[in-house]
Amino acid sequence: MASAQTQLIEGLNALSGGLILLTAFGMVAMRQVQGVMRFFIVQSALLATSAFLIGFNRGSIHLIALGVITIGAKVIAIPLVLKWALSEDLYQRREIDQVINIPSSLLLVLLLAIAAEFLVSPLVSISNDPVVHVNLPISLALILIGAYSLIARREAIPQLVGILAMENGAFFAGVAIAQELPLIAELAIAIDVILIAVVIGVLTRDITRAIGTTRAATMSELREEPQQWR
Amino acid sequence: MARTILYNLIQLLFVLGFAPLYSGVLSRFKEIIQSRRGPSIFQPYRDLWKLFHKDEIVSSETTWIYRITPYLVFIVPLFVASLIPVLTAYPLAFAFMGDMLAGGFFLGLGGFFAALAAVDTGNPYGPMGASRTRMVGFLAEPVFMIVFFTVSFVAQSTIPYIVQQKWVVSPIAFFSPAHILLLIAFLMLILAEGGKIPVDNPTGHFELAMIDESKGLEYSGRGAALMKWGGQMKFLVLTCIFLNVLLAPWGLAADVQFGHVALAIPLILFKILLFTIVLVMIESSLAKLRLFRISEFLGAAFIISVAAMIASIFSASAA
Repeated sequence: MASAQTQLIEGLNALSGGLILLTAFGMVAMRQVQGVMRFFIVQSALLATSAFLIGFNRGSIHLIALGVITIGAKVIAIPLVLKWALSEDLYQRREIDQVINIPSSLLLVLLLAIAAEFLVSPLVSISNDPVVHVNLPISLALILIGAYSLIARREAIPQLVGILAMENGAFFAGVAIAQELPLIAELAIAIDVILIAVVIGVLTRDITRAIGTTRAATMSELREEPQQWR
Repeated sequence: MARTILYNLIQLLFVLGFAPLYSGVLSRFKEIIQSRRGPSIFQPYRDLWKLFHKDEIVSSETTWIYRITPYLVFIVPLFVASLIPVLTAYPLAFAFMGDMLAGGFFLGLGGFFAALAAVDTGNPYGPMGASRTRMVGFLAEPVFMIVFFTVSFVAQSTIPYIVQQKWVVSPIAFFSPAHILLLIAFLMLILAEGGKIPVDNPTGHFELAMIDESKGLEYSGRGAALMKWGGQMKFLVLTCIFLNVLLAPWGLAADVQFGHVALAIPLILFKILLFTIVLVMIESSLAKLRLFRISEFLGAAFIISVAAMIASIFSASAA
């Protein structure tokens, strides 16, 4: 079973898993909206690579199609949509402010990653598929890190990227667990994700036009002045 | 036995002789990328020659620490060079003296005395640079530790020669996430320790912005030459650790034949040349970080190294 080719593919899958974790850390460490987006693009591309590798290994057309969908949706469509929806100024803004400063958040995120490894380890020991051993802990870590950046970031776009990272985490787990992930389900999710990006992008653009900022933290008052919104 | 001692001496001469060339090539490449003309790659040799022939002036306010430091800074990288694989894939005569941890301690000793000597002069810029170097140093320390832990955990040893053989055996071990993450963390560490651009500007001449350079400002003549040469050798030694132990242990002499050891020299130089190109690309495409952002840079290196440790421990428990 464990031929040299299989082993090599599993090794490469593990490598892309490790790099995906690295991009998740990078998304937390970045100050620029653009930097966060770049890490997200790399992460999605690695995700697609992992799907290709596993799909090739299992001879599954579905997983390879999933990889193609991921590249189409997350590497190409979402960045373009956000770039279209947001002004240049917003896209290239530096110094996103955070609830917790970056070194401390990196340490917190590290703790989340370790916690994810420990939480998943009893679950993982059931299976003896090496792909599951790699993917499951990293996917849980991705979900936790995405949730963390939802909480800690105060700007709308990095929060959106947090949601997308959580989705990536779920995808990474799904690829490993499900032998034949139904294509239709993933297609629905991919369209859903693009829709989320469009909605949040357009909303953010309108909010910026109306009040000149996207800092979610300062938007704590309700205003009933509808003429300001369009 | 006599042969391995001879090879060990060749190894020391290699580090001694090619360290200035390495720094010359590095700055030359940088100048090519920035489309400046710049001096030839042999300029560091001429600088050393010139400094050795100049008078040395020692302030009467300084103590013995100031006078002994250039010699220590000069000798310490040579000590480390005899512990690590520079040219051969098997341990040489003096390699029994210490493992990777000892190498780290030796380099730390040189840095410690350099910092003390900078404070000793009473020059206002010296202590400033020394305290900054210490700041970078203690932020780099945990990364060093975790890298060592992970390496020794994976290879079951802290002797660099065994570590190196562990990574060569299979492409699977080479591409394992733990190894790749370790490589990234160690590369960031080399940039910080060698005073390269995201952390420190090695060619800057503005005292207030200096980190590494300002420690040697008071030295003149032979002292300055030794400090400079020592710094260049330290960087070459760090590069050799990175390349020969962690990244690409190919091209090293595998047996005691003289021809193979002689052949290893150009191969290693070629490897270092490739590494220099990568380094110059990193240095030219990044801006120098503000002082208080250095903690973030090294914090990121720390996170990466811990991620490598987690990956190696969990993949070991899974196997």
